[in-house]
Amino acid sequence: MTHIFKKEFRVYFVSPIAYIVISIFLLVTGWFFFSAFFLFNQATLRGFFGLLPITLSFLVPAITMRLFSEELNVGSYEILLTLPVTSLDVILGKFLAGLAFIGAMLIPTIAYPITVSFLGQLDWGPVAGGYIGALLLGAAFSSIGLFVSSLTRNQIIAFITGMAICFSLTLIDKMLFFLPQSLLGFLQYLGADFHFQNISKGILDSRDILYFLSVSFIALYGTYIGMQEKR
Amino acid sequence: MIQVEGLTKYYGALCAVDHISLDIQTGEILGLLGPNGAGKTTVLRMLTGFLRPTEGTIRIKDYAIDEKPLEIKRLMGYLPESAPLYRDMLVYDYLSYIADMREIKAETKFARIRKMAELCGLNEVMHQPIGELSKGFNQRVGLAHAMMNDPEILILDEPTSGLDPNQIAEIREIIRRIGKEKTIILSTHILSEAEATCNRVVIINRGKIAADGSTDTLGQSTSQGNLITVALQNADIESVERELLSIRGIEDISFVNEQEGTLEIRIACRHTEDLRGEIYKSIKKTNWVLLEFHQETRSLENIFRSLTKEN
Repeated sequence: MTHIFKKEFRVYFVSPIAYIVISIFLLVTGWFFFSAFFLFNQATLRGFFGLLPITLSFLVPAITMRLFSEELNVGSYEILLTLPVTSLDVILGKFLAGLAFIGAMLIPTIAYPITVSFLGQLDWGPVAGGYIGALLLGAAFSSIGLFVSSLTRNQIIAFITGMAICFSLTLIDKMLFFLPQSLLGFLQYLGADFHFQNISKGILDSRDILYFLSVSFIALYGTYIGMQEKR
Repeated sequence: MIQVEGLTKYYGALCAVDHISLDIQTGEILGLLGPNGAGKTTVLRMLTGFLRPTEGTIRIKDYAIDEKPLEIKRLMGYLPESAPLYRDMLVYDYLSYIADMREIKAETKFARIRKMAELCGLNEVMHQPIGELSKGFNQRVGLAHAMMNDPEILILDEPTSGLDPNQIAEIREIIRRIGKEKTIILSTHILSEAEATCNRVVIINRGKIAADGSTDTLGQSTSQGNLITVALQNADIESVERELLSIRGIEDISFVNEQEGTLEIRIACRHTEDLRGEIYKSIKKTNWVLLEFHQETRSLENIFRSLTKEN
């Protein structure tokens, strides 16, 4: 598993994908955050974390789309599965590589809270919560991306489908605002954005953590079933 | 070493492999022959555990294949058809990754990679991306990959495709050399290759075994005997029949054609005996003029064609 993880993580930085995705991420988040930041005149990162679910829901599938699709397309999938590793090793190795990449992508954004802390009194609690939430969100989205990638040999299909699922998961309660209130509460609970915003307020509620972990688990288990079905 | 029983694989409604049973001993170099779509690759994929059989069992060294998948994978080296490797990795990085995955210890890893590079002639391309290699080099990296862990069972799907004649000769030499202690299963549709490298040949057609044996025994089991073609001048079919049918071992004489006084006939003999001397002696006694005299060898190619052609 560690070898698969290392190899996948390294491949990101050997090919241009990593640099493109990281640049886009920093550009988008940086622009949207700082363009509104001075209008509010508040030393918080709420603007940054508020947008993160939407940014991640189109960037994470771009990161994970190649993990399985490329192997299926080239045929190296056959080699991978005849090496002495289990399906679990393969799935976890790839998943963790995707997650580690998201982590690497978030590291430069630490410059934002540092900058803000010079400008005013920054409360570090929500910031820490936001980063924990971002990693949990990243885990959920990358497992969804991994699952979609294991279904097709076409990376573009994997990207678009993954993006559609992540987007709907983020915006499900906002898209269905016309439904009755009781139903909306339930849908809100399914939405990733709701849980992420809770954590990014600095409140680490076990329900929110459990939500992200169960989404990840379901998607990874789906990947496992998909792999067994291919045999 | 490997026992295969009633192996069957369906892709949906399509039956790719139909109840194949095989028993492969240690030290055998088994060539799997067959026309396109016969099920060669499917059989190999099931042997490696990549595909799960619809029916039937595979036992390798006392283990059923689904019982101890990791142990069995450790015993095997596998080169899939056309060597699908990671295209953006450098050759060295790739081999190093495979060595890690094959659990080769850090101290011996470098020596092992160097040995494989030497064996497969990769030294000049070690620092090129695999995607930029020619097909022949790509195939050689694939071979190095398959042999990295010094496997007891080596499974090669069309190992020499895309190589030039010198490389083919080298690869065959490697296969023969390591085949002395190892079990090798290779698929090919180049018949001369199977003849040159394998000591056992299994021909499959439409998912079934059409023939199984060493290259020599295959010839005997399927041939109707040796065929000798003779062209004679100054002879007619009746007198030829009268003269030659008296030789023991000749089963039939058939007329092929007669042109400008030249009679061409085909003599079918039992395959156990070489009757060319006898036939020549009796022709010599007459006043016929012998223009042509040759025995058709039943090469693997003939056997293959007669076994796998439609209907």
